[in-house]
Amino acid sequence: MATSPRTQPDSSSRRSGEQAATPERPGVLFSTMSGIENEPLYTPEDATIDYEGDLGDPGEFPFTRGVYPSMYRGRLWTMRQFAGFGTAEETNARFRYLLEHGQTGLSTAFDMPTLMGYDSDHPRSLGEVGREGVAVDSLDDMRTLFSGIPLGEVSTSMTINSPAAILLAFYLAVGEEQGVARAALRGTVQTDILKEYIAQKEWIFPPEPSMRLVTDMVEFCAHEMPLMHPISISGYHIREAGSTAAQELAFTLADGFTYVEWALERGLDVDAFAPRLSFFFNAHLDFFEEIAKYRAARRIWARRMRDRYGAKDPRSLLMRFHTQTAGVSLTAQQPEVNLIRTAIEALAAVLGGTQSLHTNSFDEALALPTEHAVRLALRTQQVIAHETGAVNTADPLGGSYYLEHLTDELERQAEEYFDRIEQLGGVVEAIKQNFFQSEIAEASFRYQAEVEAGQRVVVGVNRYQQADEQPVELLRVDPALEAKQIERVQAVRARRDSQAVEAALARLRDDAAHEGRNLMHPIIDAARVETTMGEMCDALRETWGVWREVPVF
Amino acid sequence: MTGAPSSPTLPEQAPSASAPLDSSSAPRRVVVAKVGLDGHDRGAKIIARVLRDAGIEVIYTGLHQTPEQVVEAVIQEDADAVGISILSGAHMTLIPRVLELLREEGAEDALVVAGGTIPDDDAEQLRDLGVAGVFGPGTTTTEIVAFVRGNLTP
Repeated sequence: MATSPRTQPDSSSRRSGEQAATPERPGVLFSTMSGIENEPLYTPEDATIDYEGDLGDPGEFPFTRGVYPSMYRGRLWTMRQFAGFGTAEETNARFRYLLEHGQTGLSTAFDMPTLMGYDSDHPRSLGEVGREGVAVDSLDDMRTLFSGIPLGEVSTSMTINSPAAILLAFYLAVGEEQGVARAALRGTVQTDILKEYIAQKEWIFPPEPSMRLVTDMVEFCAHEMPLMHPISISGYHIREAGSTAAQELAFTLADGFTYVEWALERGLDVDAFAPRLSFFFNAHLDFFEEIAKYRAARRIWARRMRDRYGAKDPRSLLMRFHTQTAGVSLTAQQPEVNLIRTAIEALAAVLGGTQSLHTNSFDEALALPTEHAVRLALRTQQVIAHETGAVNTADPLGGSYYLEHLTDELERQAEEYFDRIEQLGGVVEAIKQNFFQSEIAEASFRYQAEVEAGQRVVVGVNRYQQADEQPVELLRVDPALEAKQIERVQAVRARRDSQAVEAALARLRDDAAHEGRNLMHPIIDAARVETTMGEMCDALRETWGVWREVPVF
Repeated sequence: MTGAPSSPTLPEQAPSASAPLDSSSAPRRVVVAKVGLDGHDRGAKIIARVLRDAGIEVIYTGLHQTPEQVVEAVIQEDADAVGISILSGAHMTLIPRVLELLREEGAEDALVVAGGTIPDDDAEQLRDLGVAGVFGPGTTTTEIVAFVRGNLTP
């Protein structure tokens, strides 16, 4: 690229080329993973670019090209590996290991009982404690989880939804014990209950009281924890459940608008909370489609926030997001190949302008990752950041005819979904009608059919299989940890002031039964007297009931 | 719920003349169950659908079932088989419990198959305990349908 003057693409001659075209390979799908048909070539005719209106420089409306003017020249994305298993002690050791190896933020995976609001000694927790994340039953576990980690200096992400308010209260209390004011605590709590009903399916209460609790957190954080992101509006799980890229985009943004509407209904000013809403997307293998998805997401969000919700603060218009590479793209066959898949997905996230990134480990189709596998996953990000040059310039693929076409197409498909959701009465109503669940199941089935017909190739699975696969070393969670955790929670119950706990739970029940009382306050007070997470969830279950999905397939 | 006219179908799953299913006039019943606390239902739903498309009557339990609820469904529905999907890591606790309860209830004739992220050595132990088939990531639906058909004797 020495002295080149700007060359004019000559589209007409390319399309009606004089050479006879080689026939296309039969039986191959030339569509994106999400079913968008690709033309053999894109030219200026396919992407009529209104630069100011549709793209804008990075850091300028509508932020298609990125949320910050200098993007990664100013600051790299946060390398944030999701971790958690066993008891708080094991996970604390993994956190310290990751920080020592150059990770810049923490991300906590909780186990299934914690996600579902059961203490470790609940009968439903049997066999599940510490298996897919860390068990946190009480303030004491949270204290151990962050032992030796100064909470004033790290930002912490917590993947917790139904009981999010309780875990935030534990975190706040541990911070205060360390001498860090709540207003100085930084991080993200996932809290995205809508995508639980839609895709991830770790729910406790029915949608309306759940949304009230989310809105309580949004309100509380707006007033008292200004550096905390109270919701991470997540498409990740929607995609993992089998959606297309367009569905991930549309359903996630529709969820985002719903949280905004509830907070506005509460009487909050849009600019008081919108700057702290954050997003979380998947990075799947269809490289260009993924980059287009992030760009479309930023543009849609900025436009709606300004034009529909009247946001004035420029920060309210910025869609900032975390990305995780696609767990579903990993194969149990020839697992080392997953390193390559993950690297490509991570590059898409970076070229799409992510603010933080988790790269999956190559062994995750088999088990939770080993330290060795996690280190390689982190190194993948470091190679992209420091060796590829991908960080030198913002939105380096912007202006590509193909990419701009895909960005427009994804936006168009998302807008169609917004209309359908509105016709159904909004996101909560659409959940009750199983709309999202059915759309995702249909897309997932279609993809599976394409793979099984050999139209989609999965290397090592339906082509290039290897007969003699070497087993890889797997992380085994020690089953004895469950008993240890049960002892821990029972010891907490034995030593605490049970009258104070009873009083705290009575207040929580009473406040939950009354609209207009922010539940963060009784939850923080209950946390401080060592009420367990499961006890608080039980109190809310008694008041609100539980959610049951009508199973469809 | 699904089954719109334009729905794709997976290859070669229509019951063929040689399939053992056709030799029995009563449709075979399979309970597809999500046991444990995880919400990963993508696989279970696909399996439920391909079994149904293969002419088997499918009862899908929905999420977050206890072993007791699963066994109750098998007995109530008089099912010939139960497919257990689990990705929570609790398979070595919950699947043996299902087997035990089936025996206690006299329903041990029901074919038990399992699917999910189940490491090889755990899969071997589960087979020893009486699980007829354990299917990991990457298994084709064709394989699963063939296995279920082949093992449901008329």
